[in-house]
This record gives sequence, structure tokens and C-alpha cells, in this order.
Amino acid sequence: MAIFLTKDSKIIVQGMTGSQGRKHTQRMLGAGSQIVGGVTPGKGGQTLDFEGVSVPVFGSVAESMALTGADVSVVFVPPRFAKAAVLEATDAGIELIVVITEGIPVQDTVVFCAHARTSSVGPRIIGPNCPGVISPGASNAGIIPADITGPGRIGLVSKSGTLTYQMMFELRDIGFSTCVGIGGDPVIGTTHIEALQSFENDPDTAAVVMIGEIGGDAEERAADYIKANITKPVIGYIAGFTAPEGKTMGHAGAIVSGSSGTAAAKKDALEAAGVQVGTTPSDTAELMREVMKSLS
Amino acid sequence: MDLYEYQAKDLFHAHGVPVLPGRVVTTSTQARAAAAELGGTVVVKAQVKTGGRGKAGGVQLAATPERAQRTAAAILGMDIRGHTVHRVLVTPACDIVAEYYLSFLLDRTHRRFLAMASVQGGMDIEEVAARTPGALAKVPVDPISGVDAAKATEIVQAAAFPAEVAPAVAEVVRKLWEVFRAEDATLVEVNPLVRDSQGSIIALDAKVTLDDSARFRHPERAELADSAGLNPLEARARARHLNYVKLDGQVGIIGNGAGLVMSTLDVVARAGRAYGGIRPANFLDIGGGADAQVMADGLDIILGDPDVHSVFVNVFGGITACDQVATGIVQALGILGDAAAKPLVVRLDGNNVTEGRRILAQAAHPLVTMVDTMDAAADKAAELAALTCAKGA
Repeated sequence: MAIFLTKDSKIIVQGMTGSQGRKHTQRMLGAGSQIVGGVTPGKGGQTLDFEGVSVPVFGSVAESMALTGADVSVVFVPPRFAKAAVLEATDAGIELIVVITEGIPVQDTVVFCAHARTSSVGPRIIGPNCPGVISPGASNAGIIPADITGPGRIGLVSKSGTLTYQMMFELRDIGFSTCVGIGGDPVIGTTHIEALQSFENDPDTAAVVMIGEIGGDAEERAADYIKANITKPVIGYIAGFTAPEGKTMGHAGAIVSGSSGTAAAKKDALEAAGVQVGTTPSDTAELMREVMKSLS
Repeated sequence: MDLYEYQAKDLFHAHGVPVLPGRVVTTSTQARAAAAELGGTVVVKAQVKTGGRGKAGGVQLAATPERAQRTAAAILGMDIRGHTVHRVLVTPACDIVAEYYLSFLLDRTHRRFLAMASVQGGMDIEEVAARTPGALAKVPVDPISGVDAAKATEIVQAAAFPAEVAPAVAEVVRKLWEVFRAEDATLVEVNPLVRDSQGSIIALDAKVTLDDSARFRHPERAELADSAGLNPLEARARARHLNYVKLDGQVGIIGNGAGLVMSTLDVVARAGRAYGGIRPANFLDIGGGADAQVMADGLDIILGDPDVHSVFVNVFGGITACDQVATGIVQALGILGDAAAKPLVVRLDGNNVTEGRRILAQAAHPLVTMVDTMDAAADKAAELAALTCAKGA
């Protein structure tokens, strides 16, 4: 089953004609994703060839949906045009919008998230500034490498791309139902909580790894949510214990402000909710390995 | 990016938020001239991007131009919470009758904007909120409908502003919202917003944080950027478009991806405990496309840091291919030549790792040690740093 993304997902790529869009469309096709079209305003009617697979380019999301039945969009358009792209996908009725673009002004993100909440379809937005979603062996929407690991019963939700890859690699012999990169921006469309809720309801997921980092209070809120609502085992990892106050650590959202948003506070909140938190990525993987052993 | 008070007030003025005139000066002689020009008693205010200026003595009244000069001489060069004062703002003293508080900010948690208002301004607003929770009104702002006259009135009423100032404050609320939206801010704050003896409402202080991601919409902002607060290594890294933060330890760090690099710092600090408290010397994320030049630029910055005693290159190849990273390291060491005199511990995994490790093994550079796992590599890097620290001592 997996969450958010299945083998039946029909994916369009907004910004497919750009260099990143083209490169990653090729990789997604290679991973078995159903890429049914690309959307670039003004470039409709073309067809792009991906090693023998030809993918049509449409001028609008609405047109692509009418002709292909697309229900997922992956957004690669530059920051300047990203808000318009997400608003368009929302208004056209796309159900899942995965925003890979890094560097979108946060007010634009706030506006397109608010628009999504009040629109009739109410799409799920993942990202921005995220690596996307992969349900190994079924479909891949974004830039997560598909060859690290295969399908299995661990769910993963993470603010960080490379830590997602690292964790998939550490647990590659067990495999994953779905890995969701929710992104490192201050405001994101899908948080740890929503991913945890979906994993809880997914019969193919047995346990969840949750990766957080400094900044905001999403991990603390996730801890409260886990305590009240999650029955499956959750293993946590938090990055940024050595980050100084007031400095942005790579991700726009990764900043300790005063005494809030620290890694220690997040770890404490998770542990208070009964979540085991690993000291390093390898140690975290080891904790998950023990959980999976106890479940089998 | 945080702005200085005088820059924030320029933005306020441009959008019609009432502020007093002021002159920004860098010498005490200029401060005297500014005070003479403004006339009457002035306030000399340190321009630093931190709070607590008043308590530190960085905001002082001066009744005459001579006193303004002496006051400016005392404040310029002062250290306020680690920030050196290079400029002061000279502005007319205000006859304050009441002090209020107003702000708009990004509410990360609820993915919207938030207005905060209080009739108890002038002090630390977090203290006010802690002591009298009811005294600070928090009003969510819908991102799409924003702040119109009705919303502004709602905010003013929520904070229970006195009837005689409510309309004027509501007008300031609307204009402050314009600053917030039009300038792509994540915070605009007025503390205090005052009523003077003439009944005018004036923003006596101004704090603005701008969203760096929105720079493309505001090309005029390049001149606001200021490297005064940057460490020289950070300034060099910024000039080369590297995502670098200087820290206080001994192990230089290079990695790909913000999360993995943050994690690398933690793992090194953890491993370093066994070697007398060895810690990471920096954060450096070389991102997805780590070619030879980026690696050379990164290594150049890190090896140029006198605090660095060993370097840990930690890469998980997702999109990045490990063979390119390995080639980058070998080429970078070639470019740097004798300037590269510190041991490197390299851990590669992921995309094309076999080829990457082969390239490094073949180059057999005497400074490079390959270690297969992140934890073991962090341990090795900490051990090597401790060793060279001891030799140097």
C-alpha cells in the first residue's frame, strides 16, 4: 500500500523542460514511476524523449489532467515562479503536489499552503525544499535515489534529504514502505505529524523512523501527537546539537532562536513521549533494527 | 537578514509608519553636527543587531550638541553582547506619554502570520507575556485576506488600546502590515510605539527581519547586506557562494546536505569527548553538485582556518556521485599543493562509491585516510586533531 504515493499514481512534472526537471524525470522513469506528462507554460504540444519513452509537454496543469488523468505533480520550477505553479496545480485539482524547489520566499509558501487548505480538492503539499517521496518498488516523485533500497515495512519521515538517503542505506536490507522528505524550510506543507498519522493507518508500515533537526517546534508537537495517537514503534533522530544560537545551518528553517528550537529540547520531548532517540544515524538504524527484530 | 534600527526606520518611513527624523553617524564629531542640526535634546542610539542596548548603556539622552559628541564617543566602539558599535543614530528626544507594542511575524507552527499588540510596551515583550499573559494580544492573520481596516481595528481592540488613540494606532497597524508584506519580512516589530504629549503616535524603535529567499524581488537590498558581523572566514566563504558557518572547534567539516552536515558536527563532537573535548570547527555544506572546484574552494577555506587541526569530508552520494567527489578531493589537493598540510579523513558512501574509493586509493595522498563508516571516520578525525593539537602545544 504505502502512503501518499503508489504504483498507480499518475505524475506530471511542472518544469520538466528545465535542466533539473529533465534530469530527474529520467531518473523517476527509471524507478518505475508513471510520468504521464510535463507542464511548461507556453511550451505545450512538444514531446520530450527519455531514452525511448516519449513524454508529452502540456501548456497547463488543467490540460495535462484532462488528457492523462494525472493526480500527482512534482514541481521543479525556479523560486520566482513556484508560487504560481503550486496555485495552478491546486486550482486544477491535483491531489498531491511535491515541491522540490529550494529558495522559495516564505511568504509565497504561506500563501500557497493557505490556498491549498481552502480549495475544494484540498491537495496535500509536500515541501518545499524537499527531496520528495518514494515508495520503493512502486513509484518515486522527486529526487530521492531509487537504487539505495527496496520495498519493506519501515516508514521514514525526515526534514533532511541526505540524512534520508543515509538512513535508507543503513537499513537497506530491511527496506521501506514509503520515505517522505518533508523539507527544511520554515514553513512546509506536510509535517512529521501528518506523515506519522498516515503511517499509523498504513497496514504495510510496521514502524517509523522520524528525523528532525533544529528550528521551530514541529518535533515537539510530533512528540505530543505520538504519545496520544501512534501505536506503532517510532525511532527518532535529531540533528544540530552543536549548532550555535542565531545561525542558519544550511536549511532556511534550521535555526535556534534564543532558547527555542534546540536539538536537546526536541530529543527530550520525543523521549518523554516514549520514543527512543539515536545518538548517531548508525545508532538510530541499530535501534530500528532491534524494533524490526522484535516485531518479526 | 536582520536590519539595523535606522534601516528598518527607512522602510517604515517609505510605507508611511510614523518615525522621527534621524541621522546615522560613525564619528562623535558627526554626532555633534547632527545634534546641532536636529536642535534640542537628542537621543544617541547604538546601532547593533541585538537587544538589550538600553541596559548596556547604548541609548543615552544628550541635552546639547557638546554632550551628544561626548555621548557618541562613549557609545562608539562599545561592545554590546559581542557586537561592536560602529554607528550611532542621533534622533530627537521624545516626550513620551504612553508606550505600546506592535508586531507582525511569521507563525511557523500554524503556517500563517500573526499580529501581536500590547498597551504595555517599552520592556521585553516576552517578560510582559510571561508576567501578564492577558496583556499581549495575539491575533492570527489570514495569509490571503491580510490586514484591511476591519482587521486592523480587530487587532487594536484585542489589545484594548484606549479609545482616543485606537483609530491612529489602527492606521499604523495597516501600514506596518504593508511593510511586512511588501518588503518580504518575517518580522516587523515596534517597541515602543509611543504617544507623545501632542497626542501623535510614533514608532520610536524598529526591528525588521527580511527573508533572504526573497532577495530576487528586492534587488535594491544588496546595499543593506552587511558583513561587519561576519567572521573573516565566513566572509570569504560567502564570496565563493559556500554555505559555511564558523564554529569554535578543531575538526574542519565538509559534507553534502544540510542535515547530514549538522549530523556530522554532532557525531564529531560526540567522538571528540574521548580526546579531551575535540569539537567541530565549522559547518560547510557543499550541496548536491560537488565538483572539483567546489571541493577545492571548500578545502581552501577550511585549511586556511588556523583553528583546524584535521578535516573530515563526509559525503553520502545521493545525486552526487562519489567518483566526482573523490576526483574533486584529489584535484583540490593538487591545486592547494603545500598549502594543504593537515590530515584529511574521508568517508564516502552511496552513488558510485566503489569507483570513488578506488580513485582515492590510487591517488594514495599521504594526508588522506579513508574510513568506511561515519562514526568510525568521526572518531579518526577527532583522534588526528587531538594528536596535532598536542604536537603544537
